[in-house]
Amino acid sequence: MLESYLNLFIKAVFVENMALAFFLGMCTFLAVSKRVETALGLGIAVVTVQTITVPINNLVFQYLLRDGAWGWAGLPLLDLSFLGMVSYIGVIAAVVQILEMVLDRYFPALQHALGIFLPLITVNCAILGASLFMVERDYGFGESLVYGLGSGAGWALAIVTLAAIRERMKYADPPKGLEGLGITFITVGLMSLGFMSFSGIKL
Amino acid sequence: MKRFFEQHRSKFSAGGRFRYLGALYEAVEGFFYTPGKVTSGLTHVRDAISLKRVMIIVCFAALPAALAGIYNLGWQANQALASGGGGEIGAWRGLLLGLLAGGHDPASWWDNLALGLVYFLPLYCVILVVGGFWEVLFAQARGREINEGFLVTSLLFALILPPAIPLWQAALGISFGVVMAKELFGGTGRNFINPALAGRAFLYFAYPAQNSGDAVWIAVDALSGASPPVADSFSGATPLAVAMRAGPEGAVAAIGSSGVDWWDAFIGNLPGCTGETSTLAILLGAAVLLYTRVASWRIMLSGLAGMALFATLCNLLGSDTNPLLAIPAHWHLVLGGFAFGLVFMATDPVSAAMTDRGKWFYGGLIGVMVVLIRVFNPAYPEGTMLAILFANLMAPLIDHFVMRADINRRKRRSAPQA
Repeated sequence: MLESYLNLFIKAVFVENMALAFFLGMCTFLAVSKRVETALGLGIAVVTVQTITVPINNLVFQYLLRDGAWGWAGLPLLDLSFLGMVSYIGVIAAVVQILEMVLDRYFPALQHALGIFLPLITVNCAILGASLFMVERDYGFGESLVYGLGSGAGWALAIVTLAAIRERMKYADPPKGLEGLGITFITVGLMSLGFMSFSGIKL
Repeated sequence: MKRFFEQHRSKFSAGGRFRYLGALYEAVEGFFYTPGKVTSGLTHVRDAISLKRVMIIVCFAALPAALAGIYNLGWQANQALASGGGGEIGAWRGLLLGLLAGGHDPASWWDNLALGLVYFLPLYCVILVVGGFWEVLFAQARGREINEGFLVTSLLFALILPPAIPLWQAALGISFGVVMAKELFGGTGRNFINPALAGRAFLYFAYPAQNSGDAVWIAVDALSGASPPVADSFSGATPLAVAMRAGPEGAVAAIGSSGVDWWDAFIGNLPGCTGETSTLAILLGAAVLLYTRVASWRIMLSGLAGMALFATLCNLLGSDTNPLLAIPAHWHLVLGGFAFGLVFMATDPVSAAMTDRGKWFYGGLIGVMVVLIRVFNPAYPEGTMLAILFANLMAPLIDHFVMRADINRRKRRSAPQA
């Protein structure tokens, strides 16, 4: 049991890295990776939100949306899974909103550190992607908790690494046409090549 | 000689007939003579060691491994031929072998060396020419000088390729490595991953059949008519691949029964990539690099330690289903590309961690990753190069945290005592 959770976690962090294997959440991944400090803040925010929203969406799917989920209420034929996308993004937005209020009330320092990134996360496709993967692969509640944590951590690792490389690339001297985002795309490609060494790892 | 250069200089400088080859002229002249220019600014570091010297030292240090590898390459191939495994070397290589007066007798050292050269030299030449072409093209187009870095890159790249790889793949690999991983970032010293490693990884994932299969490790083209192309008695798989398929009798036993014992693996008597086979020769190179302080002893030591610790941990864990867990550390050292990668690839000063404390973490990460990929990833038994590539990606982050820690410590130290 524990072993399969560990396996899932490592798979979510390295093998199926949200940013470098699926290329999800690219917009923030490229935009907020200029400095390690800010990337770290965003990374932590993503891990937090991911760990909360994926299990909640799992519950929503299991008990409200899936085919026959309303059987206990005498409606065994009701299949609401077409509402999935809307519900998940709604849950994510609500969770982010609540999280922000909670942080504001109890941990103002952390709230200040995360700043604008917390609301930004609502529209990050890596977050929605994790929930959709969870549904597609039919994870249970425990699994979706681990998967949320793992995929968030993988995305955070990727963006922090990219930020460190970009900080070092201040010394790089790319051709005119590639300066800025162009060379960053190539960097991300090379990083993804490096992460491919994990593909196929069996535990 | 000197007059020759002076006579032709005007043709290559601005306005001359061959001005688009100016960078090439610079390079050739610089190869023979120290440039006549003297720095005129105030700040100036005087040192006997320059980028060119460093690169040449690395080339020299790689020579023992290259020679041992070339000899071993021919020896393995001749043995395969002698044992009647079928297969023969291709037509034009046979012609070349005839020119070198080499035969197919595994007992004759010249035959072995000649056969090895017949495989290694064309590979190296293709890589050198293609890599050099890109270097010259970029230097010229961007108005820079040609850098000696590509000499080292192409030599190391040739040494980590499987010997019987198709030449066009080698050309493609070095092109990817030099252009995407180095030139686009501004050339030597400005890249963040090692171009040879990037090229190798590119080939690994683009053409897995020719780069991680069994057929490539011994220089005999298997497709030459004989119905079982290579006999089972000499399958040509690398020891790590043998260990991968090992049954319950254990990985080391399986390697042993394929005819390789530890000493064989140490001096390099086993199939593998040209430069990676002989750990002994690599250690010679390592001694040169360490004595001249071109390579960092911190990286080598911590890489070794990381590998040993993690391999021992795997030994202790053990497993019935995965025989690779049981490979002891001293076997990990001599198998596959670990020694070569750690000595020549991991210590590349450009792509490694810069800070001294960061180097410990960087080397340790490589050691752990090598064992991790070898043991847990059945797709890539020869995972050293991928492990170093991954560590290259992490190096800036490691440096960042080391520097942050230093800054914080100094802040605390200089803070007014309350």
